[in-house]
Amino acid sequence: MNAVWSYLVAIAVWPGLLFAAPLGWLELWFMRKLVARLQGRQGPPFFQPFFDVMKLLGKETVIPRGVSRGIFLALPLVSVAAVTAALAIVPLPGNPVPSLPGDVVLLLYLMEVPVLCEVLAGYVSRSIYGQVAAMREAILSLAYNLPFLVAIIAMAQMAGSFQMRALQEVPYGLVHLLAAVTFLLALPARMKLNPFSIANAEHEIIADSHIEYSGPPLALFKLSHAIEVVLLTELFAVVFIPATPWPLVNLVVYLVAGILVLGGVTLLATTTARLRLTQAFRFYWVWGGLASAITMAATLVR
Amino acid sequence: MNLIERVIAISRRRSPWICRLNAGSCNGCDIEITPLLSPRYDAEQLGIELHGTPKHADIVLISGTLTLRSREAILDIYAQVPNPKAVVALGSCPSSGNVFAGSPLVLSCSLDTVVPVDVWVPGCPPRPQAILDGIARAAKLLEDGATKSQLAKSRLARSQPESRCGRLS
Repeated sequence: MNAVWSYLVAIAVWPGLLFAAPLGWLELWFMRKLVARLQGRQGPPFFQPFFDVMKLLGKETVIPRGVSRGIFLALPLVSVAAVTAALAIVPLPGNPVPSLPGDVVLLLYLMEVPVLCEVLAGYVSRSIYGQVAAMREAILSLAYNLPFLVAIIAMAQMAGSFQMRALQEVPYGLVHLLAAVTFLLALPARMKLNPFSIANAEHEIIADSHIEYSGPPLALFKLSHAIEVVLLTELFAVVFIPATPWPLVNLVVYLVAGILVLGGVTLLATTTARLRLTQAFRFYWVWGGLASAITMAATLVR
Repeated sequence: MNLIERVIAISRRRSPWICRLNAGSCNGCDIEITPLLSPRYDAEQLGIELHGTPKHADIVLISGTLTLRSREAILDIYAQVPNPKAVVALGSCPSSGNVFAGSPLVLSCSLDTVVPVDVWVPGCPPRPQAILDGIARAAKLLEDGATKSQLAKSRLARSQPESRCGRLS
């Protein structure tokens, strides 16, 4: 199989779109169901996220007056493409893409693209609510990226290389635990979950930065979010869970670990109230910064 | 009807997102909507989500007496909802004006003359079960392609008389 085909397979089938979309819907359903059960409700049916996306695909798209049509429609496409390409780099068992030197940098870059798309979507929409959401998202990304990037960079420092497979093969130690905690600190804000659901605060600013989106472009944004959830949980599992020599066992362990992480994050989301932007920013730069400093110090000591 | 169209039609019934529109209500009907999202009635079981923006909505719940000032707002917000869409009128007020009928600033006419209404939920205020039933009926109409806006689009319905109510001149 030549390189082009392996990239196409990785992006379209495994671990790309064809696998990630159903898994993302499963994980979104799991989160919504868990929230409902914790609140004493029955919760949505199993196929709910799928129905939501299919319904949006069948709806009309309303483009606000004065908005550039090209960029308005391109943003959701770019977002989905970037997230899928990022997932194709993650070395899940059976991923056909060859490991490249420096693919961690590419992965981190691609993971920023959906955030950038959301910020631009808010500003492009000409809605005042969308612009507030975009501003909040942009400021929050300056906060949560500190612990998030440091967690991955500390592992790269341990491996001595910016290559995903090298990160996986680092002998298990204290730095793994510290970096995992630092990563988990950034996870709720990256997933826009409750204590840090500031950019999509539906009670304050009606909706998130895709407030003016409707129909298929909104469906693509929903799909992008579903794949992003898969990407974040599987990235956590691949980097911080020790791998066994058997690929199939690895796969099961990664999926279970992903679900467990989601369960924990959802539990946090249901038991907390939303912080203000300044509080979240201070939290990440004080406690996230402290965790980052300890993690980096541990990589130097070993 | 091919498979994808069938799946989309089913999805319309299984995922109705609603948007509230208060046209001059006393807030009684709006208060009766909140228990739908609570553990007792739990509308999420039917896939119902409450959205703040009409751009994300499939079903608009319009409550309250129509006033001279709210007429334009209703038309504006109704136009922002992407097709296919349904309208559910909550309570007695949208149909008749209820106890406010005859007041100088109240349009003494039915909501049907402003926007096409698909489901009427009577009551003052209607019970949450009745509202849930109304939303479920509207969602079924969306699946069948039988809401008034969908029928008007497919030119099966006879042409709607243009609304004259509340218009100056």
